[in-house]
Amino acid sequence: MSDTDTGNHAVRLEAVHKRFGDVEVLRGVDLTISRGSVACVIGPSGSGKSTLLRCINQLETIQRGRLWVGGELVGVRERQGRLYRLPPKLVARQRLRCGMVFQNFNLFAHMTALENVMEAPVGVKKVPKTEALALSRDLLGKVGLAKHADKYPSQLSGGQQQRVAIARALAMSPEIMLFDEPTSALDPELVGEVLEVMRALAADGMTMVVVTHEIGFARDVADTVHFMDEGVVVEEGPARSLLADPRHQRTKTFLSHLR
Amino acid sequence: MPTRESQAPSPSLTTGMEPENAIPVRHPGRWAAAVAVAVMSAMLWNATVNNPRMEWAIVGQYLFDPQILAGLRMTLLLTVLAMAVGLVLGTVVAVMRMSENPLVRTAAQLYVWLFRSTPLIVQLLFWFYLAAVMPTLGLGIPFGPEWITFDTSLLISQITAAVLGLGLCEAAYTAEIVRAGILSVSKGQFEAGEALGMSPRRVLARIVLPQAMRVIVPPIGNSTISMLKTTALVLVIALPDLLTAAQAIYSQNLAQIPLLTVATAWYVFIVTVLTLVQNRIERKFSAGVAGVTRSRVRRRTLTAALSGGFR
Ligand SMILES: Nc1ncnc2c1ncn2[C@@H]1O[C@H](COP(=O)(O)OP(=O)(O)O)[C@@H](O)[C@H]1O
Ligand SMILES: [Mg+2]
Repeated sequence: MSDTDTGNHAVRLEAVHKRFGDVEVLRGVDLTISRGSVACVIGPSGSGKSTLLRCINQLETIQRGRLWVGGELVGVRERQGRLYRLPPKLVARQRLRCGMVFQNFNLFAHMTALENVMEAPVGVKKVPKTEALALSRDLLGKVGLAKHADKYPSQLSGGQQQRVAIARALAMSPEIMLFDEPTSALDPELVGEVLEVMRALAADGMTMVVVTHEIGFARDVADTVHFMDEGVVVEEGPARSLLADPRHQRTKTFLSHLR
Repeated sequence: MPTRESQAPSPSLTTGMEPENAIPVRHPGRWAAAVAVAVMSAMLWNATVNNPRMEWAIVGQYLFDPQILAGLRMTLLLTVLAMAVGLVLGTVVAVMRMSENPLVRTAAQLYVWLFRSTPLIVQLLFWFYLAAVMPTLGLGIPFGPEWITFDTSLLISQITAAVLGLGLCEAAYTAEIVRAGILSVSKGQFEAGEALGMSPRRVLARIVLPQAMRVIVPPIGNSTISMLKTTALVLVIALPDLLTAAQAIYSQNLAQIPLLTVATAWYVFIVTVLTLVQNRIERKFSAGVAGVTRSRVRRRTLTAALSGGFR
């Protein structure tokens, strides 16, 4: 069915196109992310970074190109030279490979931190309640929020909310974590605590795709950096060399604005 | 050397010139209003409680009359059934209106349009007389063989007609209330649920509707109270509800005012109970809102009530 070599990659995109009405937001994106690596996606606002992540997680459907997650063709099934869209049930199952962390946290406002983390394991994976409870407490402990398990999102700071969101995504044991500007909505003094959790996750060997403006994080933690502009990946490469010595003029301009 | 302050202690400490001792603003208007209210209350008291024509003895005599109580039971039954039909069907129509399938969406819109644009009393009469128009109602392939047939003169009994009339109309209004509630929940909440692998139905049931409840419950409380009183319209199809019972009695003993007072007393009593129930439900769904925890919810509502707050 799919290419044999895609099996080695956590995420692979081939000539992916995404349109909203007449606006072409992704205009042929090629991207490969290996298992266990951390990839940072950078680029100016409106270049399609969020859309890219949303396509990987099927919150958006692509119009052209191919997309594999964990070696599996995403959103469609190929049969006798034709593509068939997957029914919602299978799409939901494919989504379990990815955990997603949003810019605005999107914690369930009517549930406590603990209930937020437990909801999907119990409701979707049908994990027994006691087991899910232990798992959730453990995860909240790992993101440093053991004491805040019974608080509602509105009682937590932005940094704490984002850490609950990370724990919530991890509770489904995803193969890949997608982060969409996880620290952009935070007060400066709260950025560090979230990045620290992400560093620990990377050190644990989690495959991560991180859209971010935190160049320091990209330099220290990322294996690869991918610079996007106007719906295409303009330049990509090993994090340190690309950030220190960008080849492309647009990358140079963008990085110089960040400093 | 002593500082300047210690030499001359501030005068407020000695003379009581602190803001907390300031003379409060006078409110002569409030006193005038209080007197006016007192006078009018006395007049009302005189016109009713002390009025021999109110015939309070008859009110007392009929308050727990079996016929009145049977009518009350009917009124409650109709309210409960009509609201149940209205809530369930209304939620379905609301979800249909937000469907991605244009046909489903249009069907829901047509439903709301049709039932909101006809007077309720017409709908009641319509369902009641349907028996005459369609003697049998069949389930089967359209224009093909019918598998099950009902005799509508039995099926569309008075109660069925009343529940259909009241409930189907209520659903049209409830659909709009539920839709507003769903729209009040941010798109991010849907997406967070979907990203966790939840099915759309599960997202709706576990994430969206519970949060929409905060917006939905107050107007639904309103409709329930309104429904209780609207059931009096079944008078036109001769169903023995509370008002019909009172009417039946006063058509014989001619004590119109006392019997209408009996009906009024019961309506007021039920509405009071419903209001208390509504407060409880609202408390339940306000968890997580701006620092309100489940244990604190109770206190907040109580404080608001005591301070005369408007919830
Ligand atoms: N749902 C949508 N409908 C229409 N246009 C959209 C939608 N989502 C994103 N866009 C447009 O796509 C472009 C890229 O958006 P986005 O992926 O959010 O960029 P980035 O995350 O890099 O800032 C923007 O011009 C944005 O206006
Ligand atoms: Mg973005």
